[in-house]
Amino acid sequence: MTNYSPSEMMSAVAARELANGEVVFVGIGLPNLACNLARALQAPDLVLIYESGAVGAVPERLPVSIGDPSLVTGSLMVCSMADVFQLFLQNGKIEVGFLGGAQVDRYGNINTTVIGKYQKPKVRLPGSGGAAEIAIHAQRVLIISRLNPRAFPEQVDFLTSPGQRCKGKSRQELGMPGAGPVKVITDKGVLQSDPETGEMVLTAIYPDVAVEDVKSNVGWPLRVRDHLDLIAPPGAEELRLLREVLDPKKLYLG
Amino acid sequence: MKSKLVSMKDAIAAHVRDGDTVVIEGFTHLICFAAGHEIIRQRRKDLTICRLTPDLIYDQLIGAGCAKKLVFSWAGNPGAGSLHAFRRAVEQGTPPLEIEEYSHFGMVGRMSAGAAGLPFWPMKNYMGTDLPVANPLIKTVTCPYTGVELATVPALRPDVTIIHAQRADEQGNTQVWGLLGVQKEAAFASQRVIVVVEELVDESVIRADPNRTLIPGMIVDAVVVEPWGAHPSYAQGYYDRDNDFYVNWEPISRDPEKLTAYLDEFVHGVRDRAEYMAKQPGLKERLKAGTRMAAGVNYGF
Repeated sequence: MTNYSPSEMMSAVAARELANGEVVFVGIGLPNLACNLARALQAPDLVLIYESGAVGAVPERLPVSIGDPSLVTGSLMVCSMADVFQLFLQNGKIEVGFLGGAQVDRYGNINTTVIGKYQKPKVRLPGSGGAAEIAIHAQRVLIISRLNPRAFPEQVDFLTSPGQRCKGKSRQELGMPGAGPVKVITDKGVLQSDPETGEMVLTAIYPDVAVEDVKSNVGWPLRVRDHLDLIAPPGAEELRLLREVLDPKKLYLG
Repeated sequence: MKSKLVSMKDAIAAHVRDGDTVVIEGFTHLICFAAGHEIIRQRRKDLTICRLTPDLIYDQLIGAGCAKKLVFSWAGNPGAGSLHAFRRAVEQGTPPLEIEEYSHFGMVGRMSAGAAGLPFWPMKNYMGTDLPVANPLIKTVTCPYTGVELATVPALRPDVTIIHAQRADEQGNTQVWGLLGVQKEAAFASQRVIVVVEELVDESVIRADPNRTLIPGMIVDAVVVEPWGAHPSYAQGYYDRDNDFYVNWEPISRDPEKLTAYLDEFVHGVRDRAEYMAKQPGLKERLKAGTRMAAGVNYGF
């Protein structure tokens, strides 16, 4: 039994990925917690950009939506969405993008569009939003997603946001500017893209998690790096900030 | 000059017709629910409704049977769940709904092309994705300067665009602060424009701070003064987003009977926004914005 939840662990692990001064395209939910946790700890000068147009946001409350008014108050700049996607994202100014999705596959391709066939879906999901272009343009992408075999199929039902290889072609062959998803932060460990093959490989594991437990929750024969890193659990200060300051109502940590 | 001030009822009656392509824009901020409700009250049919995020207002239009087609890029209930009227239409065909789907950047590009008088908008996008397979209107063009292949989306030219804003004068010179979404592009792309504002101000107020004007009166056909017209969306500096409403929409939207009952009570059951607000005592006090004033600047020369 641990004294922290999987959501707290994922938020802390994601926060540790961010360096001070980096420019981050923030999504709502755990990425938002992770970015604000990093800002409170090692990265006070992290620049948070939301697709709604808030640049250098310093939200005084946990934003429920990506267009929350608290993202505007005190920010460095508010711009149109045309500016966000053209001047910031397409122009290469975003260093880190966070994405999640209903399905993440072997190469880090993400599906947020449909489960089943597009024309007659079993489940209609929200769609791309800004995810497709973030996956293409952000200098690197971090995926946050809980493991289970349905969420991690060998191949996504619909390719909304490109990963390291799409239908046999590499990002380079397809002309994508960004490095794509370099890590998948899950509730049991971290997968990292293999620089040679683009495949997502287990490279780090959380305390008290068995490798087999990760493998059995992934829908393809998961490769495991010879040397596995062991990731430290969230420390007292990380947990205090997450629980008392960032998400006291447990909107996302529940 | 003749004032463009009209009631919401008259604005919708004059400018939104059956079969029209309609845009009610606003990204989380300034979504004009009052106009959506009036469209439902006037029982418009066969509309092609376009927005980046359909949000609750298009879920209501779909549930009310006003829409033939939805053009969009992200169809969820932000922070709370699904748009179930939309999902029923797509998953079960009740009622049938055509969809035309892009990403946010794609929708922004469509509106930018429409606003710039161009037939399409080029972008570095969609390589490797299934979006161009799902939507054949996403095409490619070869750049004549570099030879690079670019994605393209077609211009969107709505029949009517409805923009909610903090303030305008009676000619429709409209000022907005806070999140700007794609309102400017949507308005310039449109054949007709309805502006709905929290507050009517004198032209001198607009002229005192022209950098804040997002939409010039020359492209505006009608000005409606409708305080609280964006609820449960919000207007920066006027009222907060009603996040509880968004959460409470989930069970209403999930059950077609509850959805119909909601529309009967809060849309068909009221004449206008003032009656809608009067039905919800305590709402204004709960959501009224705090004060965070910005200093003015010197426009002198």
